[in-house]
Amino acid sequence: MALIQRRPSAPRSETGASAFEVAPCDAFIAVADDEPVPTGADVLVSLARFERDQTTLGATAGRLGVRLPSDRGLDPILAALARLSLVAIEFPKFQDGRGYSLARLLRGRHDFRGELRAVGNVLRDQLGFMQRVGFDAFELDPKFGPDGRDPAAALSAFDDFDVVYQAAADEPLPLWKRARSQ
Amino acid sequence: MYQYDEYDRRTVEQRARQLRDQVERRVRGELSEEEFRPLRLQNGLYLQLHAYMLRIAIPYGLLSSVQLRKLAFVTRRFDRGYAHFTTRQNLQLNWPRLEDVPSILDELAAVEMHAIQTSGNCIRNITADPFAGVAKDEDVDPRPYCEILRQWSTFHPEFAHLPRKFKLALTGATNDRAAIAVHDIGIRALRNDAGEIGFEYFVGGGQGRTPQLAERISPFVRERDLLSYTEAVLRVYNLDGRRDNKYKARIKILVKELGAPEFTRRVEEEHAKIKDDEGLVLDAREVARMTAYFEPPRYEAFTNGHTSLDGLRLGKDRPLARWVTGNVIAHRAPGYAIVQLSLKSKDLPPGDVTADQMDAVAELADRYSFGRLVVTHRQNLVLTDVPIRDLPAVHAALQAQGFATPNVGTVTDMIACPGLDYCDLANARSIPIADQITKRFDDLDFVFDVGPLTLNISGCINACGHHHVGNIGILGIDKMGEEFYQVMLGGSAGAGVGGGDASLAKILGRAFSADEIVDAVEKVVRTYVDVRNEADETFIETYRRLGPDPFKEALYGAHPAASQRTAL
Repeated sequence: MALIQRRPSAPRSETGASAFEVAPCDAFIAVADDEPVPTGADVLVSLARFERDQTTLGATAGRLGVRLPSDRGLDPILAALARLSLVAIEFPKFQDGRGYSLARLLRGRHDFRGELRAVGNVLRDQLGFMQRVGFDAFELDPKFGPDGRDPAAALSAFDDFDVVYQAAADEPLPLWKRARSQ
Repeated sequence: MYQYDEYDRRTVEQRARQLRDQVERRVRGELSEEEFRPLRLQNGLYLQLHAYMLRIAIPYGLLSSVQLRKLAFVTRRFDRGYAHFTTRQNLQLNWPRLEDVPSILDELAAVEMHAIQTSGNCIRNITADPFAGVAKDEDVDPRPYCEILRQWSTFHPEFAHLPRKFKLALTGATNDRAAIAVHDIGIRALRNDAGEIGFEYFVGGGQGRTPQLAERISPFVRERDLLSYTEAVLRVYNLDGRRDNKYKARIKILVKELGAPEFTRRVEEEHAKIKDDEGLVLDAREVARMTAYFEPPRYEAFTNGHTSLDGLRLGKDRPLARWVTGNVIAHRAPGYAIVQLSLKSKDLPPGDVTADQMDAVAELADRYSFGRLVVTHRQNLVLTDVPIRDLPAVHAALQAQGFATPNVGTVTDMIACPGLDYCDLANARSIPIADQITKRFDDLDFVFDVGPLTLNISGCINACGHHHVGNIGILGIDKMGEEFYQVMLGGSAGAGVGGGDASLAKILGRAFSADEIVDAVEKVVRTYVDVRNEADETFIETYRRLGPDPFKEALYGAHPAASQRTAL
C-alpha cells in the first residue's frame, strides 16, 4: 500500500506536485478490531472499534485515527473530533463521491486541522479533486490499478491544472474575486 | 458572447494535455479499458457499439461562426464528414479514432471549446432558451447566469462524483423553451416587483425510466444567492442521494422519496449555513462583467419598410411565405427576425449535419447574423439576428443547403435518439422510424394544416429521444428479440412549441411492430385533424380537452378495454 502525503515542510497553501511526496512509511499503525492497541503507538482504527472503545483508546494509544465510512455522515466523530489526529475517509468505489462533501465540511465547517486521508478506491485522476476539498494524504492500493504500483508517477496529477474556478477548502475565493473584476 | 481569458484558455489546454497523457497510457497498454473508463468518462468519451463517441460541449447552445468552422474541420479531418447535434445542445462525433481524440481536443481548445463534463456523474453542459437575448417574451437574459454557473461547475471538486449525472437548464422568458420542468435543476430568471433579479427554482425533474416533473422549491432565490443555493442543493444530493441503485440515483428520486417539503427543508438548512460565505456570494460587479459579454449586437435602424414579417407571410412566393410562417419568429429588435434552420429533412437523420453544411451555415451567420448561431434542444439551429430585409436571400441559401424545410415545430421536426444503429443501450432503431415518418408526411400542405406538434422517439427507456415530453412519444422496446414501439400521447416539454405547461405523455395501448408504427402515427395525426375544434386548436390542446379515447378507438378499435388487456 502506497501513501502520498503533504511534505511536512510544505505550507498548507502550497499546491502542485512539489507540495506532496510518497511517504517513506505510515506513522499510523492500522489495528484490527480484535487486536490489542500497542501502548503509546499512533493507531488507525475502524469506526466500530472507535465507538466501542473510545475511552480506553484515549488512555493507551498515542495519536488516534479513525476510518470513516462514506455512508454515515460526520455525526459519529464530531463530538470527539478534538481528540482525532487522523480521519481516513473511505472511498469504497471511486464513483462514491460522498467523501468529498464530508472532507469539505470537516475542514470548512468543523475546522478539523489533523490529517485527512483518502483511503479505498483512490486513483490518480481523483487526487486533484481530493486535495481541493481538504485531503492531505492519499492511500493508493495496487489492487486498483497502476497508481498504487507507481505512486511517484501519480504525483504529477497535482500539476494537471493550475487554475481553479470555484472556492473550496484550498481556496476561499472564486477566480473572479481573486484574479478578475479588478 | 463570452470570450475566454487566460484562465479559461489554460484550463481547456491543460484538460487536453491531461487526456493526451491518459490516451497514450491506454494505447501503450499501461491502462486497461477498465482502468481507462473512469478517465475518459468525464471527457465526453464513450465506447459505443462500433467505436468511440466524442461529445463536444456547446455551453447553452451558443456558437460563433469561427467555432462552427472548426467543428466542420474536425468532422472532416477526424470523422466521416458528418456530426450530430444533441438534445443537450451539444455536438457528437460518432467515429473518431481514440488516438485522434487528444488532437481533436487541441483543435477545439484553439477556438475556446472542449468536451469537459459532457459525460460522467457530474454537472453536465448547461442548456438554455435558444432564443435567449432576442425573444420578445424574455424578462431576463439567462446567459450571463449560465456562464457564471458553467464556471462554478467546471471541475467543481466536491461535485465531480455525484450519485448520477446532473443537468441544469435556464430560461428568462415567460414561455419555457428550455424544458426546465424535466431537468435536475430548472431555473427561471425573473424580476420581482422591486425590479430585482432572482430565480424561480425547480428541482427533481427528469425523463429516463422514471419520468417526473420538477418541484418548485423556491419562488425567488436572490441573485446574490444563486451559487450558494445551487451549492446547497448539490451538497444535499451528493450526501443524501441514493447510490445503491443507478436507476434510483437521480435527484428526482431523492426529491420523490423525501417529499418536496423535506427536501426543501434540507436545502434551506444547508443554505442558511453557507449563504454568506465570501466564496459563494455573487456580487453585482461580477454579474455586470458577465452581462457585458452578452450585450446585443449593433442593430441597424430600419426606417423604411422591412420591419414586419406579415408582408412575407402573405406574399405571393409560396415557399418563402410558408417558410417565414413556419420557421421564422418575431425578434425583439425592429427589422430583425429569428430564423430557425430545420435539421430534419429526408436526407439525413434528425440532428445530423455534414461538414460542408456546417461551413455553409457559418458563412450565413457571418453574412446575415453577426457571426452567431444557437443549437436548440430540439436539434435544430438558429440564426438569432437576421434582418427581415435579407430573409429572401437567407431562404434561398438555406434551400440550397437543405435547411429550409418549413417544418420546425411540426410532426416531422422530430427528436430522435441515435437508437440501435449506434447505441449499445438501445432496444430498437429510432432513425429508420423517423425517416419513414418523414417520408409518410411528405405532403407539406397537410403538415402545415396539422400545425404545432412535437413527436419524440427514443430507442429505449432511457429516453434520450425525450418521448415522455412529446405530444406524440414513441418508445422502442424489445419483445422476444423483436423491435416494438409504444405510442404515448399528451407530453409537453413546456410552453412554446406544442404549448401549455409541461406534462408527461401516457401510454395509449399495446405496442406496434416496426411495420405498423408509422401507420399508427398517421392514424393518431388524422384522428386529431378529425376531432379538433377549430383549425387553430393544437394537437396538445385537443388531447387535453378530449383525453386518449378518440385516439385509442382509432388505433385499437371501438373497445378501449381490449387495448388495455393486451397492453404491455
